[in-house]
Amino acid sequence: MLLRFSDIFPLKRGRAHEVTGPSAPVFAGISVGLSRMPAFWFVEDWMHETLNPMGLIPYCDPHHILIGKCPTPTDVLAATEEALRSGVVPYVIAEISKPLTLKAGRRLQLAAGQGRATGIMIIPQGMGSNAAQTRWDARPKFSTPNDALMQWSLVKNKSGTVASWDVRWNEETHHISVVPKAA
Amino acid sequence: MKKRIISLWFPRLHSDRILRRQPMTGPFAVTAHAQNTDRLLCVNQEAQSAGLERGMSLSDAHALCPSLRSEPHHPQADQYFLSGLSRWARRYCPWVAQDGGDGLLMDITGSAHLFGGEEAMLNDLGHRLGHARLNARWGVADTRGAAWALAHYRPGIAAMGETERALNSLPVAALRIAPQEDVTLQRLGVKTIGQLTKLPRATLGQRFGASVLMRLDQALGTHGETISPEAEAPVYATRLTFPEPIGLSSDVMAALERLLPALCAKLRDHQMGARTMLLICRRVDGQDQQVELRLARPLRDAARIQPLFERGVGTIDAGFGIDQLRLVATQVEHLAVEQIAHHAPQSQDGLHDLITRLGNRIGLDNIQRFLPADSHIPERSFKIAAAAWSEPSGTWVSPAPRPIRIFPPEGIAATGNAPPKRFRWRRQSLATARATGPERIAPEWWLMDENWRSGMRDYWRIETQQGRRLWMFYTPQNPGWFVHGEFA
Repeated sequence: MLLRFSDIFPLKRGRAHEVTGPSAPVFAGISVGLSRMPAFWFVEDWMHETLNPMGLIPYCDPHHILIGKCPTPTDVLAATEEALRSGVVPYVIAEISKPLTLKAGRRLQLAAGQGRATGIMIIPQGMGSNAAQTRWDARPKFSTPNDALMQWSLVKNKSGTVASWDVRWNEETHHISVVPKAA
Repeated sequence: MKKRIISLWFPRLHSDRILRRQPMTGPFAVTAHAQNTDRLLCVNQEAQSAGLERGMSLSDAHALCPSLRSEPHHPQADQYFLSGLSRWARRYCPWVAQDGGDGLLMDITGSAHLFGGEEAMLNDLGHRLGHARLNARWGVADTRGAAWALAHYRPGIAAMGETERALNSLPVAALRIAPQEDVTLQRLGVKTIGQLTKLPRATLGQRFGASVLMRLDQALGTHGETISPEAEAPVYATRLTFPEPIGLSSDVMAALERLLPALCAKLRDHQMGARTMLLICRRVDGQDQQVELRLARPLRDAARIQPLFERGVGTIDAGFGIDQLRLVATQVEHLAVEQIAHHAPQSQDGLHDLITRLGNRIGLDNIQRFLPADSHIPERSFKIAAAAWSEPSGTWVSPAPRPIRIFPPEGIAATGNAPPKRFRWRRQSLATARATGPERIAPEWWLMDENWRSGMRDYWRIETQQGRRLWMFYTPQNPGWFVHGEFA
């Protein structure tokens, strides 16, 4: 059976997901934007590649994003776990610079399950943990009409097959749509 | 009805305060630094009998008395101590005011009989102050001036209506007059208050102006003088002392359950909310353990604050046990009473509590939100504010598409004002497929910014064949190409 995009996105609630690639912040931004609720975004405070709220405007209201600057990678995980467990915000996003261990990934899963919140871990290539519900690779794709096409590939799926879609964000309708692949 | 005033004078307040903390025997002095030297401000009994006195320089004092121990003067602590004493003195009467830096004034009109008369009241007072190892002298009289004079020059009670007789033999300095006036009166041969009262008032007024006459009248009661107890700032603190030391964190939480409602009720009465709370656990070995709780919003809801303490309480080292808990709201903010509405806007309480909990782990200032700012400079088109001290406000308007990630500009090898066809960035070979721009952004000359030294910038949105969409700029005044951000 073919996996449909609408079955897998928006991401499954109460689970922790992983996303890599240059478009990962957009992936997270769109998830938050679709929920229209506040979200936490944890980063390590030394990171110089920062989120630009002006760039978030098409995807979500920048007022909804609360940035948590953590002094150490451990604090990022601890804060993410705490925010997930509280269940106050539907989405918790964390940018991780170190490989996620199975133990850490599992704890995040449990916390997400307890708080019925969704975790999105933005990880560098190949640093995910096996505990993730899904892992995505989001990257921009060049297309001839200028429409900011992205390729979102599902590279790991705990409960189903993997697939890849070309997607486009429609700013006016606030909607993400799959672009049919050229034959 | 005639007033009755106690003037209480602590002649050794500075040294007594320190000696109460760290009892020691032998000469001791408190020094104050003035005009480039340390001078003795206050000496204890032993030091005085060793020949030391107030105003002596510390080095002279050491020469006279090598075993002298000294501590620097701490005016704030003394002030705090005195206000503590004035709070304590309210057990005798409701009107207590501080008198200078080392005395108290108590209006005991109508309250002395509660303690069995003035004698009994003063006995009790003296007994308690002695027990607290405080040197004190007091005078009781009908007027404030007379009580002060007695306290400083001949401690005791002047019976009702006997003020003038009690003052007659005291030196004129007891009238609280300026030292210069005192010296002049002495030169004129006026030594005592009795002699002063005999002088004709007109000549006195001509010679000294109104001040000496006023002081005399105040002491004798012909000129009224009020005692104005300053309004106490409310103290947002509660404490709990245990008969047996406790050591379990669940016990501390249970104790908090008793402390918090009391503190919150006090905050509610004053329409305040706590911003920072401090839980001080006094251990049996005398060491304090402190837990600080910084709240994301001013709060006075005990049920909400209680769980926020859990993490901090877990870190307490109880040692051999904790025998006293003290909970202080160290920072309070005005928090008006709000009406409970039927259609209340969506509650943000959960979010604020989460911010508090996270803030206690990573620092409350590190939880931030974006606020729009009025600037074309990409880095300054938004502000970052601590979420606990800001509200989301303002509308987000983007003049042109902006990248979702920005980073310090990274130079690439390219020349010319047209976007390069091929370039290398972060070890990747990229080929430009489409370039949108330029958008010229000029530096804000009214603000010094190191990063904008290279002059104005022409921003381009470069879409590469490989997919990545970059935000690059060219600086025409200092030719060079830089990558500043990345679109998705």
